[in-house]
Amino acid sequence: MVTSNRQMTMSTHQTDFVEDTNVVSMNEDNQVLRPAVFDRDHELIIEPGRTERHYWRDLWRYRELFRVLAWRDISVRYKQTVVGAAWALIRPFLTMVVFTVIFGKLAGLPSDGTAPYALMVFAGLLPWSFFATALSDASNSLIGNAHLISKVYFPRLIVPIAAVMVAFVDFLISFAIFVALMVWYQFMPSWQILLLPAFASIAFVASLGVGVWITALNVKYRDFRYVIPFVVQLGLYVSPVGFSSSIVPEQWRLVYSLNPMVGVIDGFRWCLLGGESQLYWPGLGLGLAVTSFFLWLGLRQFRKMEKSFADLI
Amino acid sequence: MSDIVIAAENLSKSYLVGHQSAERESYTALRDVLAREARNFARKGLDFIRGRQIVQGDDVEEFWALRDVSFELKQGEVLGIIGRNGAGKSTLLKILSRITEPTRGRVTLRGRVASLLEVGTGFHPELTGRENVFLNGAILGMTHNEIARKFDEIVAFAEVEKFLDTPVKRYSSGMYVRLAFAVAAHLEPEILVVDEVLAVGDAEFQKKCLGKMNETSRHQGRTVVFVSHNTTAVQSLCGRSILLQKGQLTAIGSSRDVVARYLDLNARVSIANGDLRGLRRSGAGNVRFCRIAFFNRNGLKLSSPLTGEEFVILIEFEGSCSERQPARVGIAFFDAWETPLFNCGTEASYDQTLRIGAGDKMICRIPRLPLSAGRYKIGLFLERSGIIEDWLEDFVLLDVADGSFFGTPRNVPPGWEGKTVLVHHEWRRLDDPSTLAIARGFRL
Repeated sequence: MVTSNRQMTMSTHQTDFVEDTNVVSMNEDNQVLRPAVFDRDHELIIEPGRTERHYWRDLWRYRELFRVLAWRDISVRYKQTVVGAAWALIRPFLTMVVFTVIFGKLAGLPSDGTAPYALMVFAGLLPWSFFATALSDASNSLIGNAHLISKVYFPRLIVPIAAVMVAFVDFLISFAIFVALMVWYQFMPSWQILLLPAFASIAFVASLGVGVWITALNVKYRDFRYVIPFVVQLGLYVSPVGFSSSIVPEQWRLVYSLNPMVGVIDGFRWCLLGGESQLYWPGLGLGLAVTSFFLWLGLRQFRKMEKSFADLI
Repeated sequence: MSDIVIAAENLSKSYLVGHQSAERESYTALRDVLAREARNFARKGLDFIRGRQIVQGDDVEEFWALRDVSFELKQGEVLGIIGRNGAGKSTLLKILSRITEPTRGRVTLRGRVASLLEVGTGFHPELTGRENVFLNGAILGMTHNEIARKFDEIVAFAEVEKFLDTPVKRYSSGMYVRLAFAVAAHLEPEILVVDEVLAVGDAEFQKKCLGKMNETSRHQGRTVVFVSHNTTAVQSLCGRSILLQKGQLTAIGSSRDVVARYLDLNARVSIANGDLRGLRRSGAGNVRFCRIAFFNRNGLKLSSPLTGEEFVILIEFEGSCSERQPARVGIAFFDAWETPLFNCGTEASYDQTLRIGAGDKMICRIPRLPLSAGRYKIGLFLERSGIIEDWLEDFVLLDVADGSFFGTPRNVPPGWEGKTVLVHHEWRRLDDPSTLAIARGFRL
């Protein structure tokens, strides 16, 4: 009966439909041959308020996306510009010149030890401009990638981290200027330079912690979009970028170190200028504590809000 | 059984929606405006402190985009989701693909999920075709090696070999869509969630994509959830479908049945009262259809006519123009899936010049109704003096009851009910003596 039915139908224009049933039954055979093996790890339960079991592993699994998003931002950044990537050199260089002239020459502030003022400024400018770019890019990153957030799932934390990574690439480029400056001034760094990666990591974590916190809030309350440029602008003068933190009165040193960038900038100078700059250890410890606190706060806030991003953005 | 890959239980999703207060216009005095702004500011500030969402507008309302939706899907199944705009289809897909979380309920997914809610998500206009393939692939969850392995296949599928190193902003929209879809078509997750992405691209390419999707779901045992307004695509791709209406699941079953249910939403009138005034229509409207009624040969009013019996349709016209003008009236018959079956038009069968004005009535008589038992749809059309006066976009439902067309107990072979027109015909054996009279002169 069934076959006759199929033959009847086969001879009509509705062949498509019948082929369907044929192939589907074939497929069922296939399934018997190769039964699907489900990885227990791939079982996923979606429920309101449920935190993911494999959050950090998921993040690792998507590491490809970090690279790709960062690479996209880098390769798009200087398209259709005349001087291209040279912008990454010009901006910090000019800032250094201006700061050296204003703080060093006009205001006559002292450098660290015998290090040339320009070198001291640049050693502070390096971590600061990394922090500033990373913070402002990271805090706008989710909104800037709204089209992705609302259309595809991936661990959202990738977006701000990729933004910080892009800023880090800029940092590496400006580091080349620093090397050139050292050659120009014939300044020889000492063993402390080996500790530079540690301070670079602190700068990375500091900008990530605050950036992640702000970007999560920014999705819900766009006010933060206006707060960040302001904070970054003020921070340039509040942090010891154009001057040495040694000019801060001793009794205020600890309070001053609440700004996590103070410890990082001092650390950079200590590493790059060798013995010429002194490291204020209590300040560094405090800065580290503040940095860790912001990282904790940022991640907590981010993960709490992560699932509602698509609805709010 | 553990071959259930997707299990959704009581999924619900609500959003907060703000409305502008209706009395907005009455705020004229500056004092009132200030007072209102101050109130708004206070409310937003309070929301901020409590960590709530800021909603623009004076009244905030909770809107349920999805309500208590439950279904299960086995491995290798292709499920269609159909419904009008705003029925909650996209919300459901967003929950399944983990973009947003449900307000209530839960989903259990077994296997890696990839979602394709939009063609070319993350494509960057400044990057070249080649770069975008890698970018898009990574966003959709493919690894670099996986993309590199399939790269040639993707490019061949998209037919953009020549333009690989051109920024996609210089692409024609067709090329853009082809490339974007090609990447997506080469995804290999265990569960694939696809939104209305085939609405773009030319017909040829759409066919190719459907073919590709079909192939992967069948031969690799992939489970697919598919949303489309293209009911033909849903029927050919999906074994089962669900129908969503205002966030609720109102039908689940074989795609043919569910699609028919969905299409019925358009056929607003069943013949019970025969009033046509509330239907959606287009045309000049000086004269319009206002009533339809069905009768049998004895003049008895019917709700469902019988196959093979005499069937009379009465239609009545109303409108502002009672002057009779040369006209054309048509009644078109469709099956439940809106495939045209046949048309009864006055230009073919009315032997004089037909003139119609408001207040006229006409009957159309079909001596033997050539439809087997099942549900059909009727469309009505009126043209006067070369202008379309009334064209119903909604259909009138016609349920035909089982009668006999050929004088035998069966009208159609099994599986053909409700899908075909019956045509008078006869079968004979060639060795029957009476056949010779017919076959005389045939070169056998």
